[in-house]
Amino acid sequence: MKLEDLDISAKEALFEYLLFLGDSNLVLGHRLSEWCGHGPMLEEDIALANLALDCVGQSANFLKLAGEIEGKDRNEDHLAYLRDAIDFRNATITELPRGDFGFTIMRQFLVATYLYIIFKELRNSSFDDLKSIAQKSIKEVKYHIRHSSEWVLRLGDGTEESHKRIQKSLNELWRYTNELFVQMPQDQVLIEKNIIFDMDSSKKQWLEIIEQVLKEATLITPESNEYLYHNGREGKHTEYLGHMLAEMQTLPRSHPGAVW
Amino acid sequence: MSDNELLSVWEVFMQQKNGGPQQHVGNVHAADAELALQNARDVYARRGGNGSIWVVPSKEIYASGSDDEAPFFDPSDDKIYRHPNFYRVPKAIKNL
Repeated sequence: MKLEDLDISAKEALFEYLLFLGDSNLVLGHRLSEWCGHGPMLEEDIALANLALDCVGQSANFLKLAGEIEGKDRNEDHLAYLRDAIDFRNATITELPRGDFGFTIMRQFLVATYLYIIFKELRNSSFDDLKSIAQKSIKEVKYHIRHSSEWVLRLGDGTEESHKRIQKSLNELWRYTNELFVQMPQDQVLIEKNIIFDMDSSKKQWLEIIEQVLKEATLITPESNEYLYHNGREGKHTEYLGHMLAEMQTLPRSHPGAVW
Repeated sequence: MSDNELLSVWEVFMQQKNGGPQQHVGNVHAADAELALQNARDVYARRGGNGSIWVVPSKEIYASGSDDEAPFFDPSDDKIYRHPNFYRVPKAIKNL
């Protein structure tokens, strides 16, 4: 299926969904990039920067496609740099400040595992362009899971201090995870056309991978009744996103159309 | 950045192409083999690569020193017959 095969309601729904994937990766990528020059060791500094670049790269693909579907002459840079927080559709877990290294790693593990499951399904999308981005991105996300899960094991089953700190990070982050699986009403249009897929089974798959690693890392999976109600897909964000965007967007907003 | 006293050093070897030799490219710090492998990937393969990566604890490498140079290498200087100079190498053979 291609762009011209979509009716208006499908276009609108897909635009929103692509913003969700694009913005989530963009915001996560920016948070990772904040480690540049501050990593706990040189090798990990480079590793985090690599992850950041992967996320921003994926984001550019999703936002570019979103702009094409919207058809209002907004490209990926326009969407990334010239929208305000209320128009961002990222999952709120991605916008939380980077915290300590354990917090960043735990978030990466939770979100990368989620993206892995989503991309795995989107490889079967009936919409060609989305399918090809998912196929390309899944390789990167697999590495993100490998890298972050190995650190979760070492920090969880490490020293008393590292265990305590990463468990605390997990408890804080957990409250933002349910949001990842909340479907929006307009998603139904896309599900009917097999462009995206129902998330009913996704949470179970996600939890299986997460719980296996947490258990091995001697960490306790938090209770599920501690979720917060935020939904980035409705534009309801934490206070942190606006501050982050102010920094991220300052250059293109102060110097519109600037080029190298 | 903190100092890396607690982390051991690993030598990194990479294959430039499939079937080629593993070549030394540098080293990384890491607490164990899996993270050494990941660090090697992130530091040395970030602009591309293929084949495989090896990581080896630096302390496991037993190396010759400058005192060894003369006895190790000088005796071969005047033994031209140790080189395959007198054979014609078939065109199809590369990497020799």
